[in-house]
Amino acid sequence: MDFAAINPLIFFSTMVAASIPVLLAALGELVVEKSGVLNLGVEGMMIIGAVCGFITIYNTGSPLFGVLASIVAGGLLALIFGILTQVLHSNQVATGLALTLFGLGLSALIGQPFAGIKPPTFPKPDFGFLSDLPVLGQLLFKYDYLVYLAFILVVGVSYFLNRTRAGLILRSIGENHDAAHALGYNVVRVRLAAIMFGGGCAGLGGGYLAMIRVPQWTEGMTAGVGWIALALVVFASWRPYRVILGAFLFGGVTLLQLNLQAVGIKINPAYLSMAPYIITIVALVVISGSSNRLSTLAPGSLGRLFYKTM
Amino acid sequence: MTRKIFKGFAILTSLLFTFSLAQAEPKKVGFIYVGPVGDFGWSYEHDQGRLAVEEAFGDQVETSYVESVPEGADAERVLTQMALAGNELIFTTSFGYMDPTINVAAKFPNVKFEHATGYKRADNVSTYSARFYEGRAVIGHIAGKMTKTNQIGYIASFPIPEVIRGINSAYLHAKKANPDVEFKIVWVFTWFDPAKEADAAQTLIEQGVDVIMQHTDSTAPMTIAEEKGIFAFGQASDMMEFGPTARLSSIIDNWAPYYVARAQALLDGTWESVDVWDGISTGMVEIGEFSDRIPEDVRAEAQAMADSISDGSYHPFTGPINRQDGSAWLGDGEVADDGTLLGMNFYIEGLSGSIPN
Repeated sequence: MDFAAINPLIFFSTMVAASIPVLLAALGELVVEKSGVLNLGVEGMMIIGAVCGFITIYNTGSPLFGVLASIVAGGLLALIFGILTQVLHSNQVATGLALTLFGLGLSALIGQPFAGIKPPTFPKPDFGFLSDLPVLGQLLFKYDYLVYLAFILVVGVSYFLNRTRAGLILRSIGENHDAAHALGYNVVRVRLAAIMFGGGCAGLGGGYLAMIRVPQWTEGMTAGVGWIALALVVFASWRPYRVILGAFLFGGVTLLQLNLQAVGIKINPAYLSMAPYIITIVALVVISGSSNRLSTLAPGSLGRLFYKTM
Repeated sequence: MTRKIFKGFAILTSLLFTFSLAQAEPKKVGFIYVGPVGDFGWSYEHDQGRLAVEEAFGDQVETSYVESVPEGADAERVLTQMALAGNELIFTTSFGYMDPTINVAAKFPNVKFEHATGYKRADNVSTYSARFYEGRAVIGHIAGKMTKTNQIGYIASFPIPEVIRGINSAYLHAKKANPDVEFKIVWVFTWFDPAKEADAAQTLIEQGVDVIMQHTDSTAPMTIAEEKGIFAFGQASDMMEFGPTARLSSIIDNWAPYYVARAQALLDGTWESVDVWDGISTGMVEIGEFSDRIPEDVRAEAQAMADSISDGSYHPFTGPINRQDGSAWLGDGEVADDGTLLGMNFYIEGLSGSIPN
């Protein structure tokens, strides 16, 4: 009954898989916030992605279509948010919350006939002898396709934001939409694209939950992951690679407390359950401790409405 | 004059109409669930009970339900609304609804409440529960016989007497069937969170467990057990379709007869506050069909145990049983009384770890 009973390799690989939904959702939201939009509807987009992905993979038997359906469903829901906030100038916070409630309700409705059905198994890539390597095999070559896709996406987003012209435009719009507009950039169009990307990522995160991790459809199965994703973006101080760190932390702590219990180590699970949230609060306090640093980290126009001027 | 007659006639008809409406007005019965009715576990079975009431009384009774209501302040709000909406009998189907039920019941003395698995009663609040520990004894025996690694995983929800009783009963009988058996218990502090329950199942399997029992409401642990090729038991509901090969048996909560009886009492005007705790004998606890993967002799033993519990010749908590710390709880042949069982807050000897608080 000690720590030795927890195999660190297996623990790590389970943690990686467990952190994928929150990682994807947070990554998408990060891009949205970088463009200056706060979308609190992550939870709603995730659950719509989950139910649509599940229904599609069940009906077509094709994991690829399931993945695509998750992305498209999340993206479409995000588009509603985008049109409401960017074109019709509705309040972002209220609209985002409404999106979550709408997503939860709608998914329950369309998922009703699909509760209690087993989806086809999601395939894993075959790395041949690589997955049999002693340590590396377990650490790197035992995951399903979406895990690899998620990490590629993190690298891609980081490259896009920091190394490309389009990323620079997106960031400039997030920092000061009036200035970007004055320079001739189409603020609304860029933001709509960012919002849809965020929705697609959230939808895929939800799809991962329903198609791979649980895998089945149940109402309300995201159980607050979308909200954790929102906290994670702040925790990561809007940097893509830190999102990985944060996702591992959130996923890892949950798993760690289950593991500790299973091996019989006496620690109140409540402490570990609240640990990620405490760390987020501490991170927020540290970030906002110096006003200079906060102003450089959070996008300047985050959550502000943009009215096009002539 | 004609107008007066007409007016009188109108009043008369409207009176008649109201009267006939009052005659045909169905009695309203409300249900409040902690999870979605589509959880295929706990809330699902309560809803099956509600449907049985609809079936039995047709137009005489009108039922309604509110699902996924968090325990606590939200429950109190929902219950108040249900009482205001004219429900005369309200079933509150989760342990955590206990205080909200008592509070709302005090405000609506004419509305009758039935609280599942609690222990606080009032003139208009009954409590009812099932002796799930009887079922746990049977599946505990099967689990003890079926494990190869001698490690049985148990996904527990909240450290309340009902759950602790289940763990003790399952462990006691698994240990009798297989002295080498060990329990790994994980508390997830939720009734319904498929992702967390799946993680818990995964973790237990990584720790070498090859049979999983659960006291949570979703079918996720069963799905994971099926995927990983280990054994599991249906909880609250049969869950056969979630683990066609993994599922060994199940504990099914059958609330329908009780709900129908209570609705009947409401219609007859004979309803009064009661405290019901039924088990296998009345069918409130059903043992699901045994899987073919259980050897025939084990199936026979399990069936014999269920039968002896049902006819009262065997009580799952029959001494000698010690508490976890080694102190004596029940002497040789002594049977646990309901009071101790209802307040059970200790592990029995042999279980490791401690109950979180």
